[in-house]
Amino acid sequence: MKLAIRDLEIGFGDRRVVELAELDVAAGEIVGLVGESGSGKSITALAVLGLAEAAGARVTGSIELDGRELIGAPPSQLREIRGSRIAMIFQHPVSAFNPVFRVGEIFLRALRLHGASRAKAVERARSALAEVLLPYELLNRYPHQLSGGQAQRVAVALAVALRAEVLIADEATSALDVTVQAEIVELLARLRELEGIAILFISHDLAVVGQLCDRVAVMREGRIVETGRTERVLHAPQDPYTRELIAAVPRITAGRTA
Amino acid sequence: MTALLSLRDVEVTFGPVRAVAGVSLDVPEGPYGVGVVGESGSGKTTLGRAVLRLVRPAAGVVAFAGRDVARLRGRELKSFRGDAQIVFQDPGGTLDPRMRVGAALGEALRVHDVVPRAQVGARIDALLEEVGLEPAHTSRFPHQLSGGQRQRVAIARGLAVEPRLLVLDEPTSALDVTVQARILALFERLRDERRLAYLLISHNLAVVERLCDETVVLYLGRIVEQGRTEEVLARPAHPYTHALRSAVPELDLASRRQRVVVSGPPPDPADPPPGCVFHPRCPLAADVCRTDVPPLREVAPGRLAACHFAEEVMAEDFVALSH
Repeated sequence: MKLAIRDLEIGFGDRRVVELAELDVAAGEIVGLVGESGSGKSITALAVLGLAEAAGARVTGSIELDGRELIGAPPSQLREIRGSRIAMIFQHPVSAFNPVFRVGEIFLRALRLHGASRAKAVERARSALAEVLLPYELLNRYPHQLSGGQAQRVAVALAVALRAEVLIADEATSALDVTVQAEIVELLARLRELEGIAILFISHDLAVVGQLCDRVAVMREGRIVETGRTERVLHAPQDPYTRELIAAVPRITAGRTA
Repeated sequence: MTALLSLRDVEVTFGPVRAVAGVSLDVPEGPYGVGVVGESGSGKTTLGRAVLRLVRPAAGVVAFAGRDVARLRGRELKSFRGDAQIVFQDPGGTLDPRMRVGAALGEALRVHDVVPRAQVGARIDALLEEVGLEPAHTSRFPHQLSGGQRQRVAIARGLAVEPRLLVLDEPTSALDVTVQARILALFERLRDERRLAYLLISHNLAVVERLCDETVVLYLGRIVEQGRTEEVLARPAHPYTHALRSAVPELDLASRRQRVVVSGPPPDPADPPPGCVFHPRCPLAADVCRTDVPPLREVAPGRLAACHFAEEVMAEDFVALSH
């Protein structure tokens, strides 16, 4: 298993916010982690990156990447893994970039930090941008000169350039216009095909999850209340909370063909 | 019959940008909803602000109950400020963090002399009950409330002055989906019970369908399509509406559609393309689209669209055509 989470518990002081028994993501698989605010999705993502402790949390249990335990691993090792083997993209990509660097410099710094030569870094940045269908000239722009969709593509390209094996997308399409959201969803699906990357897609949007994910886990108050193949969970939900979530999604009824 | 709210050729400019570029539309007396949909930068939020005189149009007229809003002064202006209220996306940002819920509602009631002072307390309780809160909430500060509760308080404050028109600017976009469902039900009930007219600004077509009889599609500050909501959504007459509609992810497999792909980001609003402003992204663009601005015209009874090929777009095989 590429990413295997077992008996993960995350707490702040006396309060336990996550109690996650089991969650796996295989290479080439997209797993949706769905829930409302406060369900524990985002802190779970931070724990996978080894950043939850920095947010003041106590983390116990097991998070394995290719069978290697990440919880309790030395910081130097986690730093190496973070950003290169496990990458993350966020809801607001522009603010995730350092505003004083051009996109090209952001690529170079990240790639060189993870050991690539300058020539190699330039070549990888170039091919990664092509892979996410962005023009090469974008390397000369500053983050604020990118549209929301372009910035999210750049964030994905950075993960590609770093040869990430796991991509954690935390509400990565939630702030985008629907036409742009659809493009990013297609891009992630393509990335899984081309790179065999494992994607943990965290979202409150069940419809987007339904389009993109192979499997889905529904989280509520820190626990997974239901998990299974996406079609099964969305069309034959077993848990009452899953049913409530699905029923709450506003649907367009005009022009229904079915 | 005159409309409650009437916009004629409204233009709002920010420097070189025409954020709203000549918009005309009517909102009748409630219960009625008009939805304004479009992507970021379409001008929909600016349009809502122009309606409330929060930004001043460079040209055109916003009229409320037959009176030009720009000319209102003194008592008339105050009365308009009571008749037309706005509810924003982020209720946390519009409530004074130092003011308890009761004080915030009481202030609105007193400024507009809605009820005699002695009745303010009772009215606050009634308003809270109407939006699904309890009298106990009067002593809470905004940070002691959940997002959904804060939005209910913002709605109660809007209702306190007994408006006839509510401008709703993405009123549920920041809420969790189960909370959103309850707030939408509240808006439906209030519209019918209080006979409210809504101008709903949203990027969410399903939300617009729930609350609005009519839908207006904005692109780069211009109306590109307008009509009865169910007709606009079921059979779009403009390729942009088609693209928006087909990009909405569907939960139900049976209603998934083949996506109509628009290419690239929207153009720079400071430098709009010649001809039809949508042509650089349009799958149907022909030579005429690059030179001639398509007028907003009636393409079917009660349906307006600004596209040279609206009839083709409305035909069944449009999606196949565009691929």
